[in-house]
Amino acid sequence: MSSDAIDQALAASGHLPGGLLQVLHGIADRLGHIPAEAIGRVAAALNLSRAEVHGVVSFYHDFRSEPPGRHILKLCRAEACQAMGSEALAGALERRLGCKFGETSADRAVTLEPVYCLGNCAAAPSLLLDGQLRGRLTGERLDRLVDTLVAPAEERA
Amino acid sequence: MTHIVYVPIDATARSVGADDVAAAIAREAAARGEPVQIVRNGTRGLCWLEPLVEVVTPAGRVAYGPVDVADVASLFAADFLRGGAHPLAHGRTDDITWLKGQERLTFARVGLTDPLSLADYKEHGGLRGLRAALSAKTGSDIVEELVRSGLRGRGGAAFPAGIKWRTVAGAPGPQKYVCCNADEGDSGTFSDRMLMEGDPYVLLEGMTIAGLAVGADQGYIYLRSEYPDAERTLMAAIEAARAAGWLGRDVLGSGRAFDIELRRGAGAYICGEETAMLESLEGKRGMVRPKPPLPAISGLFGKPTVINNVITLASVPIILDRGAQFYADYGMGRSRGTLPFQLAGNIKRGGLVEKAFGLTLRELVYDYGGGTASGRPVRAVQVGGPLGPYLPESKFDVPLDYEVFAAAGGMIGHGGLVVFDDTVDMALMARYAMEFCAIESCGKCTPCRIGSTRGVEVIDRIRNNERRGPNLALLRDLCDTMTHGSLCAMGGLTPAPVLSALEHFPEDFQR
Repeated sequence: MSSDAIDQALAASGHLPGGLLQVLHGIADRLGHIPAEAIGRVAAALNLSRAEVHGVVSFYHDFRSEPPGRHILKLCRAEACQAMGSEALAGALERRLGCKFGETSADRAVTLEPVYCLGNCAAAPSLLLDGQLRGRLTGERLDRLVDTLVAPAEERA
Repeated sequence: MTHIVYVPIDATARSVGADDVAAAIAREAAARGEPVQIVRNGTRGLCWLEPLVEVVTPAGRVAYGPVDVADVASLFAADFLRGGAHPLAHGRTDDITWLKGQERLTFARVGLTDPLSLADYKEHGGLRGLRAALSAKTGSDIVEELVRSGLRGRGGAAFPAGIKWRTVAGAPGPQKYVCCNADEGDSGTFSDRMLMEGDPYVLLEGMTIAGLAVGADQGYIYLRSEYPDAERTLMAAIEAARAAGWLGRDVLGSGRAFDIELRRGAGAYICGEETAMLESLEGKRGMVRPKPPLPAISGLFGKPTVINNVITLASVPIILDRGAQFYADYGMGRSRGTLPFQLAGNIKRGGLVEKAFGLTLRELVYDYGGGTASGRPVRAVQVGGPLGPYLPESKFDVPLDYEVFAAAGGMIGHGGLVVFDDTVDMALMARYAMEFCAIESCGKCTPCRIGSTRGVEVIDRIRNNERRGPNLALLRDLCDTMTHGSLCAMGGLTPAPVLSALEHFPEDFQR
């Protein structure tokens, strides 16, 4: 399956001049992460060294080497959101999910990541949940949102 | 008669429920047998009123907001489709004081139109700048028009755009590029995003004019990945513009070629720095390049390249359409034209205010912004993003002009304002500035890569009362090294928020 995804991403963007980021996005969009086997395959297809591809994967926040949880929650931690209390929300999220920023909750429900500005600074604090922007967060709204993310896992258990 | 109802499709409006409101209005209208056409427009920029629903009445568009799904039934009961009275009603949108005082040149269409409707675009003055450019005799006529307008780079550095174009136009070589920097990473800024989501065609038009002016046939938009809505809108706009024949091999039947490709960034703040952006566009790590050579001489793939911010390029069509003098008549000193200021953070009425240069922070923060959202006193405003200084109230009456504001210790940058109330700990904000630099530094130069981490440590020691005097001296010394020894503005300006916090709020560093 991951082999197909790599082929598809290469077919879609491999021809673009300097298109390595677009190829990697293609893989990440399909698989959620950049698997180790992709490094050599992409390097060979684009006539780059493995070091060059690995260097790009490790440079950018968007490319993760491990599969994320079922949901990806990116909380904005930049100044405008801080001015509206985002750091309290950040602490509450870590306690609720039992993981730090950059980690995935033990039940694999949520990968928690920081983001530095979502351009929603007039409706702060904000987060991006699976690519969907939410603004004017409060502790209560955030709690309800997290309820919807962790509930399915609890039901299965 | 079909009622026309506008519900913004802008990301801020959607982040607070605009999609659900639009669906609820459609449902309620169907249930009541009222014929309604819902248009998803850009935002008017009155972000605190989002979702801001407008209805078309014989007297003009009438506004209601912020509308929650729970309000929809009562809006219908109040006959809002005919402009009926309701607690959320604000009267005619154009009469809202906040909007009335603005000078919208670059954002003239944003909020009025369906962003992807080419018919709306043309009806509201779109493509007139490009037609004027095509009728100009030479590329250098276009360049000189831009020089005369006084337009300066809106991304933050404020370099005269016309001079940059002149350099690219004069550089030898058959292949040149136009790159739009849409990596709007500064906290407190969202004008690029609002424009791309609310009026994408004006950016494409500005880029095409740039291509004609300097002799480039290929443009790239480098868009940050944190803006998925803007990506969808731009992709659709590029397709529509190609289909309509004003992008591609034969721009509006002129025989001139220009096309645009969208490239998504990957979550690196440093890629807003123009040379790191070029590296990223070339598929590499976003490492800053030393200058010279200037990108105007040797830029993308080593070719002469125009690099401008979204707002700079989007301001070009109106300059070509109305003439350089029209644009230059706005503003003060060497800061000509208008700037879309963005009011953000702890502010009662946040949003976008496009005004000529020369107004003050006090007008923006209090007259437009209404003070803090929390109702507490304003303590500090950070202008110009994470690399901008923190300013206390004593600086609020300095006119916002690039040179005058800089002389008073400020930096206009991209025009974003982040307001903080009196609960803010400025020593923590100084620490955050260093921490952010440590996270986002590309690592190429030592003052930025190492200095930022050492900065966090030194501020921690000061906050812990460890050898306060020597550590304060060390922090200033470190800032001096970063300011003068860094390769780009990231390391070079990170000391600005730190030193301004120390200067204006020293009490926060001693506990």
